[in-house]
Amino acid sequence: MLDVSLSALAAQVFTGLVLGGILVLMAIGLSLIFGLMTVVNFAHGAFYMLGAYVAFSVLGLTRSFWATLVLAPLVVGSLGLLVERFLIRRLYGRSPDDPLLLTFGLSLAMVEGVKLLWGKIGLTVDPPKQLAGAADLGFMNFPIYRLFVIAVTAAVLVALWLFLEKTNIGLIIRAGSRDALMVRALGLDLNRIWLLVFGIGIGMAGLAGVLAGPMRGVYAEMGVEIIIDCFVVVVVGGMGSLAGAIVAGLLIGEIVSLTTFFAPRLAEIVVFVVMAVVLLVRPSGLFGEAGLAE
Amino acid sequence: MHRRQFLTTATAGATVLAFPAVLRAQSKEPIRIGFPLPLTGTFAAIAADLQKGAQLAMEELNAKGGVMGRKIEVLFRDDELKPAVGAQRTKELIENQKVDFVVGGLAAHVQMAINEQTKAAKKLYISVSQSDEISAKPDTSPLTFHEALNPTITSRAMASYGIQNLGKKWWVVYADYAWGKQNNAVFTAAITKLGGTILGSTPYPLGKPEFSAHLPKIQAARPEVIYAVTPGADNVPFLKQAISFGLKKDAKIAQPLHFLYYTKEGGAEVFQDIYGATHFCHELADTMPQAKRYVEAFTRQFKTPPDAYSGYGYNGIMEVARGVELSKSTDSDAVANALRKNREYDHYKGKQWWRACDNKSFQDLWILKVRSPQQVKGEWGLFDVIGKVAANEELDRTCAEKGFA
Repeated sequence: MLDVSLSALAAQVFTGLVLGGILVLMAIGLSLIFGLMTVVNFAHGAFYMLGAYVAFSVLGLTRSFWATLVLAPLVVGSLGLLVERFLIRRLYGRSPDDPLLLTFGLSLAMVEGVKLLWGKIGLTVDPPKQLAGAADLGFMNFPIYRLFVIAVTAAVLVALWLFLEKTNIGLIIRAGSRDALMVRALGLDLNRIWLLVFGIGIGMAGLAGVLAGPMRGVYAEMGVEIIIDCFVVVVVGGMGSLAGAIVAGLLIGEIVSLTTFFAPRLAEIVVFVVMAVVLLVRPSGLFGEAGLAE
Repeated sequence: MHRRQFLTTATAGATVLAFPAVLRAQSKEPIRIGFPLPLTGTFAAIAADLQKGAQLAMEELNAKGGVMGRKIEVLFRDDELKPAVGAQRTKELIENQKVDFVVGGLAAHVQMAINEQTKAAKKLYISVSQSDEISAKPDTSPLTFHEALNPTITSRAMASYGIQNLGKKWWVVYADYAWGKQNNAVFTAAITKLGGTILGSTPYPLGKPEFSAHLPKIQAARPEVIYAVTPGADNVPFLKQAISFGLKKDAKIAQPLHFLYYTKEGGAEVFQDIYGATHFCHELADTMPQAKRYVEAFTRQFKTPPDAYSGYGYNGIMEVARGVELSKSTDSDAVANALRKNREYDHYKGKQWWRACDNKSFQDLWILKVRSPQQVKGEWGLFDVIGKVAANEELDRTCAEKGFA
């Protein structure tokens, strides 16, 4: 009996990793953008959705999942660059509510736009043949595609970490998030850095959408559902903290997965309970610095 | 008079002479029917099909000169699958557009909101999607008609077929909203009564098709059959995830309803050997002349064969028209009484009737099994019709059980 429940628990922890992985990819971009630019990007879920749709079309054109995996996030990230350059940049220095309202409106427009372009009815994307089927992990059969999602998430996180820690641009980004005024005083062009960061964050949301499509299907409302969970992750992890986004993303994924096992009906609510508790005990989040969000 | 002017007038005159019925129909105010439905959201594909059925009915009626010499005009509005929006759209249809009747609603929870509005405005409402409560007290009313099957009928039929043909040990996965919960409750009661076992049941939020956290537990319980109440756009992701976890190898899968368009979208590889019920499928055209006529008319108009719910939309409009014709009135009470008094009808797939106590429509239903990719006939021949459950009031709750003394 104990044996059965232990392997069942292991299976649950493993599925939680995938749920968490997608959330981490989303939350890191959200957190990066907030940390550096204090923009609460409400359109983040819409870009995730757009990633899934663009992947559907790119896959139709190229017939290659691997090309799609690279191209679709680049397309979405480039759109992110345009949004920063021509919409959000105008709002810097104004109340933080302004970019929030702008991106909220943008997300509504994007959902409607996607329906006009791709239709109101959802689409399906198949994982590539090499990643179809299940692998025997000993304690359970686990879909190979989901293992792949874990691997891609890990690889992207390592690449992002190397970029932020080991490159000059990464240094400027980190400095800019601590003290933008000081960085400007040193004569660095923060506008271009912000543009880049926004593009990277949006590209990662797009990648999350590309990865989610073959698992969950592609539909216009998919971003609306995930954005709530992403905000929970960012708040729990601490606004602007990358380590916080990773830890909280995985934590929320595991909490959802384990709650689903024991009490499926509570799985939706429990993430908000966790958020409430974190806000009460540690208002700046697990890894947040007090005062950053002010 | 210039030549062009003459030609225009002459053509118009000729048209008038050629189609007196059309002209008469157009000269009077049209009969307006409001039709809220979720054109966006998880059920968008089914709603599009429902809309086409209603549109076909409207066009067929108008081609014959309308009803009582008046054209039928159906006003479709997107309720976004939200009860509050459904209520708002219905209110606008009644108050601003002055509709005479309301048909529509596609979701157990949204149709209740629509029904509240039609009840308040004393308008006839024909609901065209599944719900147990819509035809029971306290929610129903003498002006509330229910054309669709309901969870009780569907899940009782599936339980009785399933226990005889598929297995004794079941697991239920269901969308955690009105229709999903009703199916879970009815199915669990029916399987238990028939001597089977429900090993467990798992609710998930409708429209959030991530099932991975549910699947290991189901797999560990080793059910013989999984009853998947995963409607709309959740259907394909559920099956794909179940397959990717190896669940389809270990257990059979049945669902309350099959939809042609989702099955087509997911493909026979995903849907092969999945069981489900329906009140209509285009394969019925092979054996039934009414169905043949309907399927041909639909296919001519929309270039695809009809899915099941277009039949509900078609019947909803046709029954309003029949009621108006019978009562010679657009008064909701008069139409409702006429329909109850002349309760039998057959517009596209055989005899149906309204039960007098609850205005519930009774109709045949069929059990389907999806063919293997090799067996699929042409583009749309995905279903094998493997059983028929004849219309039977005993499949539903009795009038007394539904609160009618």
